[in-house]
Amino acid sequence: MIRALHRWPGLLALALVTILSLSGAALSVFPAAERIAAPQAEAGLTVAALADRIQAIYPGVEQIRRAPSGRITAYWFDQGAPGAAVIDPATGEGVASADPNQAERWLTNLHRSLFLGDGGRIAMAAGAAAMLVLSLSGAALVVRRAGGWRHWFARLRGPLAGRLHVEIARIAVVGLVLSSTTALWMTASTFDLLPDGGAIAAAPTEVSGETGFALDRMPTLQQTPVAELRELSFPYPGDATDVFTLKTDRGTGYLDQGDGALLAWADLTGWERVSETIYMLHTGQGAATLGLVLGLMALGVPAMGATGVLVWLAGRRGRPRIRGNQPAGRAETILLVGSEGGSTWGFAATLQAALTEAGQSVHVGPMSAFTPERYTSAQRIILLAATYGDGAASASAKGFLDRLNASDRAPNIPLAVLGFGDRSFPAYCAFARDVAAAAQAKGWPELLALDTIDRQSPQDFARWGRALGDVLGIALELSHQPVLPTSETLTLVSRRDYGAEVQAPTAILRFALPRVSLWQRLLGGGFARFQAGDLIGILPEGGSVPRLYSLASGRRDGFIEIVVKRHPGGLCSGQLTALEPGETVSAFLRPNPGFRPGRSRAPLILIGAGTGVGPLAGIVRGNARRRPVHLFFGMRHPDSDFFYGEELATWQDEGRLSRLVTSVSRGARPHYVQDALRCEATQVAELIRNGARVMVCGGRDMAAGVADALAEILAPTGLTPAVLKAEGRYVEDVY
Amino acid sequence: MKSLLATLALTTALTLPGLAMARPVTLTTTLNNYGGDGAYLALYVTDTSGAYVGSLWMAGGKSKYYEHLSDWYRATGGDTAQVNGITGASVGAGRTLEITLDLADALFDAGYTLHIDAAVEDMRDSPNEVAVPLTTDGAGTPVTGRRYIASFAYDM
Repeated sequence: MIRALHRWPGLLALALVTILSLSGAALSVFPAAERIAAPQAEAGLTVAALADRIQAIYPGVEQIRRAPSGRITAYWFDQGAPGAAVIDPATGEGVASADPNQAERWLTNLHRSLFLGDGGRIAMAAGAAAMLVLSLSGAALVVRRAGGWRHWFARLRGPLAGRLHVEIARIAVVGLVLSSTTALWMTASTFDLLPDGGAIAAAPTEVSGETGFALDRMPTLQQTPVAELRELSFPYPGDATDVFTLKTDRGTGYLDQGDGALLAWADLTGWERVSETIYMLHTGQGAATLGLVLGLMALGVPAMGATGVLVWLAGRRGRPRIRGNQPAGRAETILLVGSEGGSTWGFAATLQAALTEAGQSVHVGPMSAFTPERYTSAQRIILLAATYGDGAASASAKGFLDRLNASDRAPNIPLAVLGFGDRSFPAYCAFARDVAAAAQAKGWPELLALDTIDRQSPQDFARWGRALGDVLGIALELSHQPVLPTSETLTLVSRRDYGAEVQAPTAILRFALPRVSLWQRLLGGGFARFQAGDLIGILPEGGSVPRLYSLASGRRDGFIEIVVKRHPGGLCSGQLTALEPGETVSAFLRPNPGFRPGRSRAPLILIGAGTGVGPLAGIVRGNARRRPVHLFFGMRHPDSDFFYGEELATWQDEGRLSRLVTSVSRGARPHYVQDALRCEATQVAELIRNGARVMVCGGRDMAAGVADALAEILAPTGLTPAVLKAEGRYVEDVY
Repeated sequence: MKSLLATLALTTALTLPGLAMARPVTLTTTLNNYGGDGAYLALYVTDTSGAYVGSLWMAGGKSKYYEHLSDWYRATGGDTAQVNGITGASVGAGRTLEITLDLADALFDAGYTLHIDAAVEDMRDSPNEVAVPLTTDGAGTPVTGRRYIASFAYDM
């Protein structure tokens, strides 16, 4: 919802807010320039003295005005000819032309009305409203993404365009909210929608009838410092009934030209004061520095427009097109998708196409858009729910469970839940199970029992489709070809072999970086950005499902490296370990944001065994900042599978690695990496108490052993691995 | 329609004898190239003693700027009811404003004066830009304003 509130006003109003911001930024320079150029009055100068000086030089003076910048302008008639000049208050003499700056006038008219009069003013006000909606919805998105206001300036991840967008936005949003709200206020004021009109003092009925009282002796003018002056209008020459009109920061009054008496006075109303403050905040007139700051912030708008469009395009590409999607209110089948990377959308598209083919009307949407009251024609609801990480809701399902739990009762429309996950994870389809359990607890009628799809299996999906077809009384054949991310061809440049002696042939494979286009760089696609710990998917020849491997190198290393152990009968590992330099594989990148060392300078405790050491070695290699890193390395035998043995020594000399603790599992006394941890219990506990971050990579059994060992080690400190996990200080990459 | 409204506005503002006798009068105001945004103009009538009698036309739609037409504003207290139905757009530099109104015969040769106040954003306010006595002889004789008006004439 918030995203839609951000996306559509952004795309629709892009041109308008770009014009607004560019012209606004240009206009912000003028008040500052005027402030610098205008001769300022000396401190303590009174209006009486100033008016007297000016009148001595221009006897026909009619009006004296002071702009918020301090610029003083006088208007006079000299033998019937009108004259005007910017006045130097020290002398009362004209020093510059008072004509309006034509460039400023042109920009002002563009900025407020596109040269189109009232219609243009309303269009520009709509632009300002769009800017406000964009700022607020954008701020809500940043807060949601960062996990709260406290993390407003948290480090950003992801493709360049998205990062730039947020980077600019979180600084500029303050200025944009200020500029757009004040703009809306000013428009309302211009169209008389606010009661902020000036109060006028009642015109005096009794005047002295005399003329010629000396200006510098008028008490009111003597008491008014020039800094408070806005305007002093002189009476018509020869008209004894006319008066001086004085406007100051405090109000408006009339002065008798015969005796200088104050005849009437009206203070500014509260509304007027508010409107004037808002005018100052918007234009920077009277607050030139603020104006410049706002102008700078406005310059961020075109950049955010461009990056925003790129982000939108990238998001669109991730999802398959759904043809003939029906509105939620008219569809018989409501198909809701909870997907993280977008692959579940592909299944949804296949299902939607098959159901539509069978004559059904289907609405497809994200689970986060769950609104049962809109499903007035629905006869069934189908949820395709992927699980993210350790059982969390995937991106497009955020808020679904909260909404379901908060509702009084579940909709009376039969429900089928299909979970998507990877059976090798303990939390297999955990989110789908949570959803199914919550639905059952709410008494939601069941259309089909919970079923699951393992690793995007087309066979599982086809089987579930037949079951669904049976319930619906139609023949439903779902043949889904998972849409694989666009693959790149990687060429092997070198390989190092290990482990033959311990019956675990393993190779460190190094591939050349593929060429990255500018487009990929902007959108973060392909291999434009990756670091050690991210994953690459490799599709083996003759296989349909890609296998994922942890990267042992980052983009900065200039190559792509993985550590692969050959599994007996393993299709992909077999092909990879047989690869010779010069040969190629096709691969794609899958970011793994949950397994990163982070930017902090707190010590790192890296724990890995076997091929799991690969990404940890990559993290050590990338540790140019010499962050304290303690590596616990479990191997079978130092002579056979001590991966990166030589480099680790070098990295230790260079300060990239503070300490290396190895454990050897083959021999008279098997020693596992968790045993090594226990031996170093005191130091490990000390490090963790001081904020160290723990990263574990390797097999499932090893990870479980490490968690047990850490629980023991941390028991005296009162910390547990679970607490560390919740704080994001204990991350695992387990296979 | 415009002239009808103008007559109505005048009849409510002015209680003049013999108002039934009215004739169409064309007021032509041409501005000089003063190099600013559109000018606000207030056209109104005062009597022999200089007291405000009624408004003929207001060029400029935003009442928040009327205070810059300072004589008109002081005379009417900024009362927008005075120009209800006889308000038009502001007049650009170098442009001409031509309006035709049914004016009562009694307004002519009776000591009434037609005034124009003018104001332009970020430029000087020019109250009493033009002040011409309403006489049958004076009809068709152009006069020049003080700052913004190149020529003003009323024709019967």
